Amino acid sequence: MNETRNLTCINCPMGCALAVELEDGKIVKISGYTCKRGEEYAIKEITNPRRTVTSIIPVTGGDLDMVSVKTKTDIPKNKIKDCMLALKDLKVSAPVSIGDIIIADVCGTGVPVIATKIIRRK
Amino acid sequence: MINYDIVIIGGGPAGLAAAISSYENGCKSILILERDSSLGGILNQCIHNGFGLHTFKEELTGPEYAARYVEKVIAFGIEYRLNAMVIDITKEKTVSYINEQDGLVQIQAKAVILTMGCRERSRGALNIPGYRPSGIFSAGTAQRYVNIEGYMPGKEIVILGSGDIGLIMARRLTLEGAKVKLVCEIMPFSGGLKRNIVQCLDDFGIPLKLSHTVTKIYGKERVTGVDVSEVDEKMQPIPGTAEYFACDTLLLSVGLIPENELSRKADVAINPITKGPLVDESLSTSVPGIFAAGNVLHVHDLVDNVSSEAVLAGKYAVKFVNGLTKPGKTVAIQTTSGVRYSVPSTINPENAEDITVIRFRVGNVYKDSYLSVYLDAERVMHLKKRILSPGEMESVNIPKKWLSDRPNLAKIVITVEKE
Amino acid sequence: MYDVIIIGAGVIGSSIAKELSKYELKIAVLDKENDICEQTSKANSGIVHSGYDAHTGSMKAKMNIRGSRMMEKVCRDLDIPFRRNGSLVLAFTEADLPKLEDLKKQGDANGVEGLRILSKAEVLTMEPNLSDGVAGALFAPTGGIVDPFKLTIAMAEVANQNGTEFHLNTKVIDVEKKDDHFVIYTNKGEYLSKVLVNCAGVYADDINNQLSQHKLSITPRKGEYCLFDKEVGNTVSKTIFQLPTALGKGVLVTPTPDGNLLIGPTANDIIDKEDNSTTQEGLNSIVAKARQSVKQIPMGFVITAFAGLRATEAGGDFVIGEAKDVPNFYNAAGIESPGLTSAPAIGEYLSLLISERLHAKEKTTYVKTRKDIVHFETLPVEEKAQLIRENPEYGKVICRCELVTLAQIKDAIHRPLGATTLDGIKRRTRAGAGRCQGGFCSPRVVEILAKELHKDPRDIVKFNSDSVMLVEFDKDSL
Repeated sequence: MNETRNLTCINCPMGCALAVELEDGKIVKISGYTCKRGEEYAIKEITNPRRTVTSIIPVTGGDLDMVSVKTKTDIPKNKIKDCMLALKDLKVSAPVSIGDIIIADVCGTGVPVIATKIIRRK
Repeated sequence: MINYDIVIIGGGPAGLAAAISSYENGCKSILILERDSSLGGILNQCIHNGFGLHTFKEELTGPEYAARYVEKVIAFGIEYRLNAMVIDITKEKTVSYINEQDGLVQIQAKAVILTMGCRERSRGALNIPGYRPSGIFSAGTAQRYVNIEGYMPGKEIVILGSGDIGLIMARRLTLEGAKVKLVCEIMPFSGGLKRNIVQCLDDFGIPLKLSHTVTKIYGKERVTGVDVSEVDEKMQPIPGTAEYFACDTLLLSVGLIPENELSRKADVAINPITKGPLVDESLSTSVPGIFAAGNVLHVHDLVDNVSSEAVLAGKYAVKFVNGLTKPGKTVAIQTTSGVRYSVPSTINPENAEDITVIRFRVGNVYKDSYLSVYLDAERVMHLKKRILSPGEMESVNIPKKWLSDRPNLAKIVITVEKE
Repeated sequence: MYDVIIIGAGVIGSSIAKELSKYELKIAVLDKENDICEQTSKANSGIVHSGYDAHTGSMKAKMNIRGSRMMEKVCRDLDIPFRRNGSLVLAFTEADLPKLEDLKKQGDANGVEGLRILSKAEVLTMEPNLSDGVAGALFAPTGGIVDPFKLTIAMAEVANQNGTEFHLNTKVIDVEKKDDHFVIYTNKGEYLSKVLVNCAGVYADDINNQLSQHKLSITPRKGEYCLFDKEVGNTVSKTIFQLPTALGKGVLVTPTPDGNLLIGPTANDIIDKEDNSTTQEGLNSIVAKARQSVKQIPMGFVITAFAGLRATEAGGDFVIGEAKDVPNFYNAAGIESPGLTSAPAIGEYLSLLISERLHAKEKTTYVKTRKDIVHFETLPVEEKAQLIRENPEYGKVICRCELVTLAQIKDAIHRPLGATTLDGIKRRTRAGAGRCQGGFCSPRVVEILAKELHKDPRDIVKFNSDSVMLVEFDKDSL
């Protein structure tokens, strides 16, 4: 089964329009890139698209009400929604340091969610 | 009257970097005045990542980037006041601020560094007709509500403006369960980074309508919908093209304006194009001893550039305080043909760094063109550029040697050429 | 049983209440909105007219002149700024110059002081930013400007501090005359009153026509405005009018008491009495017309636009007084321009009639003055410093564009008839009225309102219960 997927490369302001042809889910041709980074980006985006997810969760007893968090590294793109749902009803209490683990392994990705802001006790 | 050598107005990324740089250049009498309840400025609410690739070779979130600088400020023991609103600066460098603990305080500074950042353009400034319902937010205000206060501005969102703040909020609100119906952009190109178009819009199937704008707001108490119309080359709405979108929220990401109300009080000359102070190679404004850096000077895309700009301001503020600023003639920097403005706008070759970074923006998208620099009539740079766009700040590096080799140099011209 | 019920808590209703509260009377003001000063009184030019363009002998002329003379003292008692900056009525052709003379004659006959015709040269010397197309002008030194919200709210506060009740969110559905009293049916229940006063603005005809055979017909006449940054507030120093036409006084360009520049209004008769939306055509038209008066309209400095509805009565004049066929029912209807100017005079006039009718006794305890919320921004440095020493909350700035502090916002919430909404805070303190239009301060104001009113921030509204600011997070819809 053949399909062509269109992507925009994000590595530089050129934003080259990439076209990736797939046969039975395997990449057979990539076109539209004007540098090597574009080709690499296309491969990654098609075979293993990943994103870093950032969000906030409430803090109790802190000098701020919300602490910002992130997935420590990028996670599979198709896990973004699950990751957000996993954060949904979480709360932490002050103090919080940058790097504190909020979720050790989010949605089985092997990637932790960590705090990205310092929250002091009120 | 209290005395400090250097007073820095604004404790965001520019102010923090300027403070650290001032300290590292030998000044120990520094005071940062920050109006919010913590240092970090706008980075505190920019919880997304993408900051610091150049400075730290890592991708950090806004708060993490800020924390790197705040740590140093604290480690160096640099003084700062929080919840402190500067209400006046004079050209004699008297700075007045107020906060609850200290009351009204007047400080005599030897040098002042302006790092107040910028504010957002509002719906009123766009004159979009309609009622005045709730549900209209500038993207940054919405970002504050979501990321600092923990509240959602709405459920069904239309975003006007494809600058980075609008794009970031498109993703942010979607991840919190809102439905972002579309982003419209009055220009024929987006002002935001490509990366944000992909990761904030494409990832979520949010359409981007270029050459479109919001021409009417519906809803008397709360927004109920908007008309989105196509615009022509003059950016005027084309009659008959209005399309209605039901929504309860209109987010505006329609321009950042450097906040120079205080600068004007100090008689600082303002560049009408950038709306920020006119500065020389040392980032000194027209008032000797008053420097500017960061978004208050011109709106940046990358915080890394804000930091390096502010480092320079700090360095020169210290030089000024120590009486080491060299007088000398001024070489004007002119921008023509596609280049909208440059920072700085003049260089004193005697005072210049080994490399002076001139930052600028073009006014349009240029593909396969050349960025050229002329020293008087002599072309000294002719760089092939696959793309130049208004959304990406550019820079050229001018070696001091080029300037000192030409004692009669009158002007530097930065321009875009087809060939 | 009330002695007096006033329908409408705009500037007219508040003024009448303020005057009547001098007497030992049980008074209530009913208003369907969520705050006082929510309709016409909040969306007008803020001009205190000299009185040259009201037809001699009309109620408008009488009330305008009296109001204009009273305004300075009233504003002093109310502790609100009033600037007698003077007005110019511009003529743009030689052929129109006689119309200026006519206007002057009318003004003289009405009792306006100091009117003078100026030549083109004199006009341009007085106001260098006026356009070169000016042919001459009528100069009225007694013209002034006042903040219409401050005036309304201050008058209401005085009425309230002297015992007048204000019932908000109370919509009058029906009114009935019984033998010696009125029954006022509202969405909050029935009110009984000996005397009924109709200050219902664009709805005054509805109220009147339920009781009187002398029908009134009020057409809402929309006026759109554009407001500019204080940076360009000095574009003109006088209020600049154009020769009036049948529809009204034309487009004016004026400074405001707070230092902004205001242009407008349009004059469009509409049908929907709730339609105070601005329109593209309206905004375009006021800019185009204002360009006739002033060399440069600084469009880069627009901060907002708004629209108000004038209550234009078919007869063309104010309808003030007891309805001939309904004793104890008093109208203050058809109050379009010069309504704001006339407000103190209308209050005085009707309160005399009503107090006599009710044989009311004057209070010994009447307090006619009130103190406004501190206007921190304009205080000299030493006073600012002193204020913060006395109350540190004056050191916490909430609105950076207008320099409004926490203390002021708390005052606005906790004083009688205090603010409960974002717009209410804006009108009382100016927080949110500046160049960033609440971009910086609204999250902070929402937080303060929530805290002071013991509400969830998601229950804080912009102006009424449907204008919620924030919603619940709803990740279920992810």
